[in-house]
Amino acid sequence: MIKFEINGRSVSVDADPDTPLLWAIRDEIGLTGTKFGCGIGMCGACTVHVGGRATRSCITPLSDVADTKITTIEGLDAEANHPVQEAWRNLRVPQCGYCQSGQIMQAAALLQDIPAPTDDDIDAVMTGNLCRCMTYPRIRQAVRDAATAMNGAQDNG
Amino acid sequence: MAKNLILGGLAVVVVGAVGFGLYAYKSPIDPISSDRVAEFAPEQVENGRILASAGYCATCHTAADGEPYAGNYAMETGFGTLYSTNLTPDVETGIGTYSKEAFRRAMHEGVDREGRHLFPAFPYDHFTKMTDEDVDAIYAYIMTEVEPVKTVQKENELPFPLDQRFLQAGWKMLFADLGRFEPDEEHSEAWNRGAYLAEGLTHCGACHTPRNIVGAEKSSEQYAGAEIDRWIAPALTAANQSSVPWTAPEFKSYLIEGVTTYHGIAAGPMGPVVHEGVRDLPESDIDSLAIYLADQVGATEDDPSQSEVVLASLRSNQPDPQYRRELGERLYATACASCHYNADLIKAGRPDLGINSATNLDTPNNLIHVILDGVNGPEGMAGVVMPGFRGALNDEQITAIAAYLRDKRANQPVWPNLSETVADIRQNGPTSH
Repeated sequence: MIKFEINGRSVSVDADPDTPLLWAIRDEIGLTGTKFGCGIGMCGACTVHVGGRATRSCITPLSDVADTKITTIEGLDAEANHPVQEAWRNLRVPQCGYCQSGQIMQAAALLQDIPAPTDDDIDAVMTGNLCRCMTYPRIRQAVRDAATAMNGAQDNG
Repeated sequence: MAKNLILGGLAVVVVGAVGFGLYAYKSPIDPISSDRVAEFAPEQVENGRILASAGYCATCHTAADGEPYAGNYAMETGFGTLYSTNLTPDVETGIGTYSKEAFRRAMHEGVDREGRHLFPAFPYDHFTKMTDEDVDAIYAYIMTEVEPVKTVQKENELPFPLDQRFLQAGWKMLFADLGRFEPDEEHSEAWNRGAYLAEGLTHCGACHTPRNIVGAEKSSEQYAGAEIDRWIAPALTAANQSSVPWTAPEFKSYLIEGVTTYHGIAAGPMGPVVHEGVRDLPESDIDSLAIYLADQVGATEDDPSQSEVVLASLRSNQPDPQYRRELGERLYATACASCHYNADLIKAGRPDLGINSATNLDTPNNLIHVILDGVNGPEGMAGVVMPGFRGALNDEQITAIAAYLRDKRANQPVWPNLSETVADIRQNGPTSH
């Protein structure tokens, strides 16, 4: 039994400790917003937050996340209105959409650490999140917009 | 005294009006009946087809959903919308009653068979330069090859007094230079042939020469470029803004194929000019047009392919050859930077690998361990993990990342036996203690 917290609720998963976290999230816990892409941590589609850090869940074994706090796309904001999600919707960023939950989770983590990223910052951090539809220009613009929105919110106190 | 002045003024007005009336008056030309249509030689008809094509008659005399040459094509001018007329040989609504002389007068003077002045949306100010022979050929083609179509002519949407046709005589008097083309002896025969076509039949200036406030081409600014249908007809002079100067071969290719190597394509209103127009002319005529136009822009014979502006454009299009050229740098960007990149400050939980202890030790062991197996369990920050890349990256890839971090980020001397160490640690893992 491996216990951890996911999107604010405690769960216990009875599975092999080597099971990738992604399987547990999708098949045991039933949250399917997080996607399987490459399975080797090289595409970013499976990105979730572990302890607030963007983490590739497909190569993270379940044993590693015992007693951690995990956030998936479903828990990023209770109303799905995280500034990154709003920016994504406003710009209609997704095309096929498959990579987008990973992109959004990565972008949200990026803006936590680098609240006003330059384009080079965005490129550097987001390079590991691949998009087969080549929505990169819109992703970059959405990250800019979300940064503006989040900084404005802070400035207004 | 005042009475005399008024009377005198009135007299001037009356005399002027009568004079203008006499000038403006054009007599009707007798209609022909269908049995009076002459027989035309096939060569003349074919020549007429080519000329009608290169003069884009059908482009303006065919509505979007209409029959060829049947008119009612809407032309939005700065003065109102005009609808082109029916050019088919229909007797009632087309030009079926036009004699050859009536057709010539329309083309050369802008007057219809019944003596009414035509609006200069019809470029008779260009067609006036055409020879009788060429005008007759177009007449022969229309009268024999174009299918007669009966139409209901749409009313022009012009405000008073612009809709008064007799006033067009004044416009003509002031702005139209009526008369046949006169060759310039200073120039070659080919140049003059090109000039004859460009200034007459193909009426290049109709779009490429700016117009004055009453819609007449400014003769002092011939080919200076103008806006047409919210597109720009570029200057056909030395003021042409292309970065690569036009040449005669470029003009030739443009006028036949609608495409050039160094300037682009015939688009917008220029599309039909090429694709439904001038390309029908014999090659010798296109050559002449190219020679004439090249002279207008002041073309040289230089080969643009090696010009500095072309080479600079090619260079500026090339990606930075240094950009993530190395395998290690590329893999780092994809697999590591999402968590390890920092902007202005190093954030806790985003270890910067350039100053990290693992990349600055004399041996790469610690770095290799972490890349292979990650950071987990009792290691590192509580509640945060780094997954291992044992299954994702092979020895060559891990070696490349480690070498990149050591060299480019930590600026430390190369680790000896790096790849062997990677293979060894992957194989044997940490030694138990």
